[in-house]
Amino acid sequence: MPEADAVALTETDLKRLASLARLRLESSELVVLKDQLGGVLDLVDQLQAVDTRGVEPLAHALDLELPLREDVVTEVNRREQFQSMSPQVESGLYLVPKVIE
Amino acid sequence: MNWEVVIGLETHAQLATHSKIFSGSSTAFGAAPNVQANAVDLALPGVLPVLNRAAVTCAIRFGLATGAHIAESSVFARKNYFYPDLPKGYQISQYEIPVVSGGVLTIRTESGEKTIRLTRAHLEEDAGKSLHEDFHGLSGIDLNRAGTPLLEIVSEPDMRSPAEAVAYARMLHRLVTWIGICDGNMQEGSFRCDANVSIRPQGQEAFGTRCEIKNLNSFRFLEKAMHYEIQRQIELVESGGVVIQETRLYDPERDETRPMRSKEDAQDYRYFPDPDLLPLHITADWVEQVRAQMPELPEAMQQRFVNDLGLSAYDAGVLTGSRATAQYFLQLLPLVEDDAKLCANWVTGELSAALHRDGVTEESSRISPQQLGGLLKRVKDGTISSKMAKELFEALWTDGGDADTLIESRGLRQISDAGALEDIVGALMAEHPAQVAEYRAGKEKVFGFFVGRAMKASGGRANPEQLNAVLKRKLAG
Amino acid sequence: MDLLNTSLRQLAAALRERRISSRELASAYLDRIDGLDSRLNAFITVDPERTLKQADLADERLSQGRGEALTGIPIAHKDIFCTQGWLTTCGSKMLSNFVAPYDAHVIEKFAAAGALILGKTNMDEFAMGSSNETSFYGPVKNPWDLRKVPGGSSGGSAAAVAARLAPAATATDTGGSIRQPAALCGVSGIKPTYGLVSRYGMIAYASSLDQGGVIAPGAEDLALVLNTMVGFDARDATSIGRPAEDYTALLGQPLRGLRIGLPREYFSTGVSADVSRAIEESLAEYKRLGAVLVEVTLPHSALSVPVYYVLAPAEASSNLARYDGVRYGWRAARYGDLTDMYERTRAEGFGPEVKRRILTGTYVLSRGYYDAYYLQAQRVRRLISNDFKEAFARCDVIMGPASPTVAFNLGEKTSDPVQMYLSDIFTISVNLAGLPGLSIPAGFGSGGLPVGLQLIGNHFNEGRLLQVAHQYQQATDWHRRVPSLDRTGETA
Repeated sequence: MPEADAVALTETDLKRLASLARLRLESSELVVLKDQLGGVLDLVDQLQAVDTRGVEPLAHALDLELPLREDVVTEVNRREQFQSMSPQVESGLYLVPKVIE
Repeated sequence: MNWEVVIGLETHAQLATHSKIFSGSSTAFGAAPNVQANAVDLALPGVLPVLNRAAVTCAIRFGLATGAHIAESSVFARKNYFYPDLPKGYQISQYEIPVVSGGVLTIRTESGEKTIRLTRAHLEEDAGKSLHEDFHGLSGIDLNRAGTPLLEIVSEPDMRSPAEAVAYARMLHRLVTWIGICDGNMQEGSFRCDANVSIRPQGQEAFGTRCEIKNLNSFRFLEKAMHYEIQRQIELVESGGVVIQETRLYDPERDETRPMRSKEDAQDYRYFPDPDLLPLHITADWVEQVRAQMPELPEAMQQRFVNDLGLSAYDAGVLTGSRATAQYFLQLLPLVEDDAKLCANWVTGELSAALHRDGVTEESSRISPQQLGGLLKRVKDGTISSKMAKELFEALWTDGGDADTLIESRGLRQISDAGALEDIVGALMAEHPAQVAEYRAGKEKVFGFFVGRAMKASGGRANPEQLNAVLKRKLAG
Repeated sequence: MDLLNTSLRQLAAALRERRISSRELASAYLDRIDGLDSRLNAFITVDPERTLKQADLADERLSQGRGEALTGIPIAHKDIFCTQGWLTTCGSKMLSNFVAPYDAHVIEKFAAAGALILGKTNMDEFAMGSSNETSFYGPVKNPWDLRKVPGGSSGGSAAAVAARLAPAATATDTGGSIRQPAALCGVSGIKPTYGLVSRYGMIAYASSLDQGGVIAPGAEDLALVLNTMVGFDARDATSIGRPAEDYTALLGQPLRGLRIGLPREYFSTGVSADVSRAIEESLAEYKRLGAVLVEVTLPHSALSVPVYYVLAPAEASSNLARYDGVRYGWRAARYGDLTDMYERTRAEGFGPEVKRRILTGTYVLSRGYYDAYYLQAQRVRRLISNDFKEAFARCDVIMGPASPTVAFNLGEKTSDPVQMYLSDIFTISVNLAGLPGLSIPAGFGSGGLPVGLQLIGNHFNEGRLLQVAHQYQQATDWHRRVPSLDRTGETA
C-alpha cells in the first residue's frame, strides 16, 4: 500500500487530476485550488492512522441482494425527444469534434 | 537470433440477449442511429442500471463450458474515462472479482493438440460507435450499441504462433456460438479479438514488452496482423530498438499496425465498485439449472464421433465445426440406418459445398435432413448410384421435393435386373463384333469401351456392379 | 385559512370536505411565493399555470370522492428530482437548459396520489454544499435572518417550508442535506433508511449515500408525505422491497420507557453553547414524557467526515462524468478539439465546489491511492456502522444536535471548504450507516435562530422515529413557530 500521507499536492499533480477529470483550470485557479485541495487531503489523511486490519470494506450499509431484470425489451424509440435537447445533432447522430483513434 | 513469439488474446463476445445488459433497450443490429439508445444508455441524469439476468446466464454457460470457476459473488466496477461513445464517462465492467475465472480451451494445429489456459471472463457493457464519415469535420456518435452485453474472455499468453492464435480464436468462436451465448457474427462486431503480442529470445523465461493490437475483426486479419506485428518487433529489436508497450490499430488496407493516438497518454481508469449495483450473487442452484440445459460440448461430441461412430478425426472435426453442422448430421444419421461414413461424406461434401455456395448455414439449408435422408436411403439400397444422387441433390436443392418422387418421375431407378442388362449387352456385342474379337484376343482395355456404351444405352441407370458382372460373363463367351 | 399553521392532515381534510379547493390552496401558496421568494430565493422554477392545471384535476378527483391523503396538496420538489416537462437543473449551470424527459419515481408517486407540483426548489449545485451557496442560481436566504445561510444542500426546500411558501417539500440527504437545513431553518426533516425511497430520476451525487426524504413543519406532516414517497422501484437496484408501512400508525403512542441513547461524542467539544442549551432542554422534555436517557458511545464518529470526503467525492467524480456537452446540457460556446470541448464545457458548467469534489474524488481513486484512501475509507465506514449496531443494543433512538451551531453568516465559510465540511459532523455518520435520521425544531439559540435536535433510529425504524418526534411536538410548539418575514400573507 503506497504511503498517501505527508506528500503535498503539487501543481503538476493538480494539472494531471484536472486533465483526468476533463476540467480546464485557469492558472489563476491553480494556486487557490492547490491550497483548498491540500486542506481536504489533510482532513482525509486522518484515515491513515486508523487500524483497520481484518476489517472488510463496506460498500453499502444494508446487506441487500442485487435484483435482476428479465431479458425483455421494454424501451421504445424516443430519439426525437431525447435529441431535441442536444447541443448538436445531424441525421440522428450526436456530433462532436473529430474523434481520433 | 531465434525469437519466440508470445500471444494472448482478449475477446469480446456480444451476448445473444434481446435487451441490453443494464437497460430494456433492444440489442438488434442495424437499426437507424440512436433509435435504440434510451435514457439509461444515454446516461441522462438520474437514471440507473439494472442487470439483465440473461447476460449472467450466458456467463455461467461459458464458465461451465470451459471448466472454469464461477464466482459465488462478483463485483461490477466502473472503468472511468472520457470518450464520446461512452455516455456515462465510465464503462460498467468487472475488475477485481470477475464472474468467471480460470478454465481451458483445447486447440489443434499442425503441430498437434495444445491446451490454452483462460485467465478470466467478465461481464461488461459495450460502447457506442463513432462514425468518422465527414460531418463538416465532426464525428457522429451512434449509441445504439452502447450497453450491449459483452463477455470479455481473456486468455493466458499461452500461444506461440499466429497459427495457434487463430486456432484459439476459431475454437473460442465455435464454443460461444455452440453454447448459444453469441451469434459469432464478426462483420457485425459480435465477436472481436484484441491480441497481446511480444517476442523473446528462444529459451528466455521473462516475457518481452507486449503491444496490444486492436481491430481484428476476422480470423484472416488476426493472422495477418500477428505476422506483421511479429516481424515489426523482430526488425525493431534486431536493429537495436526497443518495443514500447502501446496499443496499436491494425489497418487491413495497408496490412500494418500503427499506434492509436487516443491511447497515447497512459490511462488511469480509476476503477472502483459501482455503487449503483450490489455484488452479483450466483447460487449453486442457478449454476445447476444452467448446467442441466447445457448441450453436449463440441470436444466431447468430436470424441464420440471418432470412438463410437468410427469416423476419422478429420471428419469428426468438420462435423462438430459448428453446432448447426453437428445437429444436421445427428438428425440425418438415424434416417440412413446410422451409416455414419455415408452421412459424413455427404454433410462434409455436397451439403457443405451447396451451403457455402449460397452463403448460409445448415439451419437455413434448402435441403432438410429428412430430404437428404430420403435420398441417401436410395443410395444405400442401390436404387440409385452415387452419381445420380449428386444430380438429384442439385434438383432437390433447386426445386425441393423428395428423392423418391424425383426418382420415379425422372425414371432414374437403377437397372439391376440381370435380364434387362443382358439384353443391352447382347445388342452392343452384336453392333461391335470387332471389339468383341479384340477383347477375346486379350486386349482387356476394350472392356471400358463396353462399360461406357452400356451405361449410355441404359441412360446411365445401369447398376455398375451388376453391369460389370454381366459384361465379364458375356464377353468371355 | 391560516396557511402558516395548518398541518397537512388538516389541509387534506379541508380539501376532502371541500371547505377549500385545491385551486384556492395552490393559488394561496403561489401568491406567497410570488410575494416573498424574491427575498429568499428558495425556488428555481415556479410555473403557476401548470400547477393550477394540476389543481383543477385534483379538484375533479376530490369532487368525485376519490381523494387520497395528499390529493390536491401542493408540494415543492428539490430541483434534483427529474420532473417531466419541467426545468430540472440540480442547481447547476450544467443543467440550466435541461427539461427532464421523465419523472423521478418519487414524482410519479406524488402524481399518482394527486399531489401538485408547487415548484422546484433551490439547492447547492449537485447537492454539494452545506449552505446553499454553491447554487448556480444564487444562495437561498434563511427566513429567520436573511443574512444567514439556510443550510444545505436542500436549503431551498427548508427555507420554503420555514417561510410557509410550501406545506411540505421533498429533499435529499447524502451527508446531512435534509437534517442540517431543517435544523437551521427551524422545520422538521427526515432522511429514511437508505433504499426506501427510489433514486430513479433523483440526480446522483454519491450513489451509496444519497437518499430522498421530506421537509415539513411537523413530524406528522413528514409521516403523511413519507407514506406516499416510500416504495420499491425495480429501476433502482438498491431499492428495498418491503410491505407498505403506515408511518402515521405509531404517532399517537406515548413514550413511556423509551430509551434515548446520548452518544458521548455528540455532547463533547465543538458544540456551541446555545445549541447545547437547547438540546439539554429538549432532552429534559423527553424525560418528562417518560423517556430514559442512557449514555452510548460512537467511538469512530469523528472519522465520519474524512470517510465521507473520500467516498462521496469519489462516487461524485464518476457520477458527474456524464456531463460532457455531448448529448444534453451545457456545451461551451467556443472550443477547439474534442478534449478542449470537454474541458471547457465542464469548466464552464460546474461551479468551484463541484470542481473541488470532482478533483478530490479523482485523486482518491487514482492509481496508487485507491487502497490508501478509498478502501481504507470503506473499512472505516464499517467501523462507524458497527458503532451504531452496538449503540442500538442499548437504546431505541439516538439523539444529539443536528448541527454544531445555529445558522452562520452568508459567505462566512465559503473560502474554507474544510470548515464548511465540518458543519456536517453530526449528520454524516447516519448516511454512512444507512440509518434513518430526523431533525426537529428544538428551540432557539443565539440571534433567535433555530436549533435542531437530531433523532437517529435503527434501520427501518422511521415509524418509531416519527412517533418520538411527534410526541415531543405535542408537548412543545417549536415546529409551529414561523419567522416574521411578513405579516401580510397569514391568511388566504
